[in-house]
Amino acid sequence: MSNQPAPNHVVLEARSVTKHFPVRRTGRDLVTGRRRTVHAVDDVSLELRRGTVTALVGESGSGKSTVAGLLARLHPLTAGEIRLDGAPVKAGGGRSFRAYVRRVQLIFQDPFASLNPVHTVRYHLTRALRIHGRAGSGEAELEENLTALLDRVQLTPAHQYLDRFPHELSGGQRQRVAIARALGADPQVLLADEPVSMLDVSIRLGVLNLLKDLKDRLSLAVLYITHDIASARYFADTTLVMYAGRIVEGGESETVTQHPAHPYTQLLIASAPDPDRVVAEAEQEETGSGEPPSLIAPPPGCRFHPRCPKAMARCRTEAPPRFDLEGGQWAACWLYADGGEARHEPRKESAA
Amino acid sequence: MSGNEAVLTVRGLNVDYGTGDGAVHALRDVDLTLHRGEVLGLAGESGCGKSTLAYAVTRLLPPPGVITGGEVHYHRQGGGALDLLALSAAELRAFRWQELSIVFQGAMNSLNPVHTVHSQLTDVLRAHRPELKRPERTARARELLELVGISADRLPAYPHQLSGGMRQRVMIAMALALEPEIVIMDEPTTALDVVMQRQILRQLVRLREELGFSVVFITHDISLLIEFSDRIAIMYGGRIVEEAAASSIYRDPRHPYSDGLLHSFPALHGARRELTGIPGSPPHLSAMPAGCAFHPRCGRALDVCATHVPVLAAPDDADPRTVACWLHGQAPAMTSRS
Repeated sequence: MSNQPAPNHVVLEARSVTKHFPVRRTGRDLVTGRRRTVHAVDDVSLELRRGTVTALVGESGSGKSTVAGLLARLHPLTAGEIRLDGAPVKAGGGRSFRAYVRRVQLIFQDPFASLNPVHTVRYHLTRALRIHGRAGSGEAELEENLTALLDRVQLTPAHQYLDRFPHELSGGQRQRVAIARALGADPQVLLADEPVSMLDVSIRLGVLNLLKDLKDRLSLAVLYITHDIASARYFADTTLVMYAGRIVEGGESETVTQHPAHPYTQLLIASAPDPDRVVAEAEQEETGSGEPPSLIAPPPGCRFHPRCPKAMARCRTEAPPRFDLEGGQWAACWLYADGGEARHEPRKESAA
Repeated sequence: MSGNEAVLTVRGLNVDYGTGDGAVHALRDVDLTLHRGEVLGLAGESGCGKSTLAYAVTRLLPPPGVITGGEVHYHRQGGGALDLLALSAAELRAFRWQELSIVFQGAMNSLNPVHTVHSQLTDVLRAHRPELKRPERTARARELLELVGISADRLPAYPHQLSGGMRQRVMIAMALALEPEIVIMDEPTTALDVVMQRQILRQLVRLREELGFSVVFITHDISLLIEFSDRIAIMYGGRIVEEAAASSIYRDPRHPYSDGLLHSFPALHGARRELTGIPGSPPHLSAMPAGCAFHPRCGRALDVCATHVPVLAAPDDADPRTVACWLHGQAPAMTSRS
């Protein structure tokens, strides 16, 4: 999969990042001295490499958007650290925050909400360029930079779009403007939080291909957050699967989607719509039931164990660490603890 | 055509939003037949009119929407057609939910937050089955909850105490409360995760086998439709552009738009297909292109596409399918289906 000539240098790295949000205390909490927290993200480590797309797949509430927020430094960390180009990022606002943001940009899900309806495209982009000191000197240079930005996101000819308001653009065009605004900072890392899920089906692909193209041309490290594991297969080089605040599996996208190792990934893939499914719906075996756990009181041990068909005694008490499998794939699951027979078993199943 | 009797027929339905010169034509000449016991998928992008169609058929169109022409008939079991567009308010009230129910988009937010599941489920029964006594209503409500896979002891719960998937299932239970002949589902699972989506759809398939109702399933997710529905109608710009059996749509889409839609979804299994997507974006209803609404985005557009609207017609005799495209037949004859 990796056809990158450039070295896959790690640009942004999260090490054992944890984020707990406090729950508003009730009268009873005050009396009993109870403090509750939402364990939104627990012990998440990931690396974003230059010129690669990393997908973070999970259901809603799995903490994937919180990871994006942490990487963009929108929330302070509870524990762990974030390293940019190998250097730990220190908590801080103002100048250091702006210097960080210049290199790590975030794109939101909803382009209808992320653009200001009373301002034109020109305003949005000029502001991004000015803030990050890339507006150039003089009107002509600014105009040139604006045109270049819109060219990059394939909104051409630029003069047709510069003076439009967001409501005059389609959803896909709006998301392209949001991407252009992020590129205005000339970042090294692009965090895309569900960039296409609000767009119409027929234009999603265009935006995804644009992100892929930008990754190649600008050697960006892209984090693609999605709930759609099929799109991760097509669009991302590596895929990480998140469940209830933890990353449960990772590896090359093709391997993870074709030979899922973790029982949760297997459930996710068995649940995805598939026109080629031969077995009639009623005859299919139950793929599993239940719902993700509450993150205020997550289950001890592996967080998937209450729903897992292969749960063992150990899963209920100890949280599984990462176990490496072949081909760079890994899974946080006790099935792979001793590297023994369990390793090959799920592959056979998923092929069936 | 397949020997199946029709339960709902829509003929030449036109719906406008607004009146006079400013009117926006949301539906144009829509013909659709729902057969007894089948799942009919209605696919299309936002703004193509698929929800408008559902609302028009149930006469729930919000005020600027006006039905400007066409017929909608409901066929009772054992004969007798009912003209839905001519029903009075009282008849309509008796018809809805009894014969035809609808699960709305974002249904999980259509439960009343200040009433318990119990009172909302029994409310339907109280209105339509006044002869039932209180304990009988409660018993039926328990039965309904069990039917959709929720334990009956959740009956006293308020909607906020249930998860999104459970609320969605309560809505489905409510829609099935009076054992209607037709259930219209407008994007019933788009707000849910894939795992929950599959659980709910599987339950729906099972319930349909047990109870034998027909389903109109509206969604933009065509890969889901191919898996779950018997026939699929694809809408674009307020018209149905292609209608065929789900497997025919998947294997051999005739309309370039259907083909484009199929190539917009990444597949999870099998060989990596080439994804082409569709260039451009869907037209706004107030600025619909002349001729075939899809021609500005179509890679195979002919000259005639820019000027003349293609008629929905059978491309060949062998297959019971229709397509509205000039690529398939230059002089489409008027064909009546069903």
